[in-house]
Amino acid sequence: MSSATAQPGFGLFRYAAPPAFYPLAGKLVPWFAGIAAVLTAWGLYLGFLVAPSDAQQGEVYRVIFIHVPAAWMAMFLYIVMAFWAGVGLVFNTRLSSMMAQAVAPTGALMAFLALWTGAFWGRPTWGAYWVWDARLTSTLLLLFLYLGFMALQAAIDDPRRADRAGAVLALVGAINVPVIYFSVKWWNTLHQGASIRPGGASMATPMLTAMLVMVFAFWAYAIAVILMRVRAIMLERDRDAAWVQDALGREGGRA
Amino acid sequence: MNWASFGDFLAMGGAGFFVWMSYGACALVVIAEVWAVRRRRARAAAALRRRA
Repeated sequence: MSSATAQPGFGLFRYAAPPAFYPLAGKLVPWFAGIAAVLTAWGLYLGFLVAPSDAQQGEVYRVIFIHVPAAWMAMFLYIVMAFWAGVGLVFNTRLSSMMAQAVAPTGALMAFLALWTGAFWGRPTWGAYWVWDARLTSTLLLLFLYLGFMALQAAIDDPRRADRAGAVLALVGAINVPVIYFSVKWWNTLHQGASIRPGGASMATPMLTAMLVMVFAFWAYAIAVILMRVRAIMLERDRDAAWVQDALGREGGRA
Repeated sequence: MNWASFGDFLAMGGAGFFVWMSYGACALVVIAEVWAVRRRRARAAAALRRRA
């Protein structure tokens, strides 16, 4: 990768180089963090004050407003992580691998939250915090895939070798994502089927609106925190590069 | 409006424990993750400034 200013004709590719991406990411973080905060406030208002009680489940269904966004983000972020890891593997682009590395912890936390909130929703509705059901088990495997990716990368000293090993794990594990998604169709499970499918949603409108607002809030949050993390990773991994000192100098005293 | 009082809101129709354990964990995760990421970058920047 040559200097970022050498290719004025390729506006987008310019940002594929850490020296250009680092300040760009820094500018984007407050915007996505702000969007996440506004959407969370709006989504919680809709979810707790506007959406009515559920006819069958009463109030406990309100866990859905964080359970579904967390579960969707856990699956979606895995695809994003595998995509960036794969791009880094094929094209040998360092920033792609750094992105994959930055996505993994947030994906793992989302998988954890999906399982945790699911447990506290399952206890009052199914009578158990945990069952070895296809949907739950495949989501637990997703959490372990994230943790395995992080552990593997941490265990290998040479960063580029760690990237390649992690990419293979991430790509092989990607097969689990469609398994999670279709698990409620393929197996008999306790977990309810999809409420939102192509062609319509089987949910009352205020509940659906609240859930979708929370989904976008989680999206914005994930983007903000992943951009923050990729900036830290860039500083750690490019510590010997000249651009890092330039970038820090331009930021002044701010940490 | 769904709730007659703040206590009613906290009780969540008897499901308060399950609802607030879920939302509480979510809030903790967000706070902890943002704190950890900020600290990670601050540490990386501090290490670089020492070398400069």
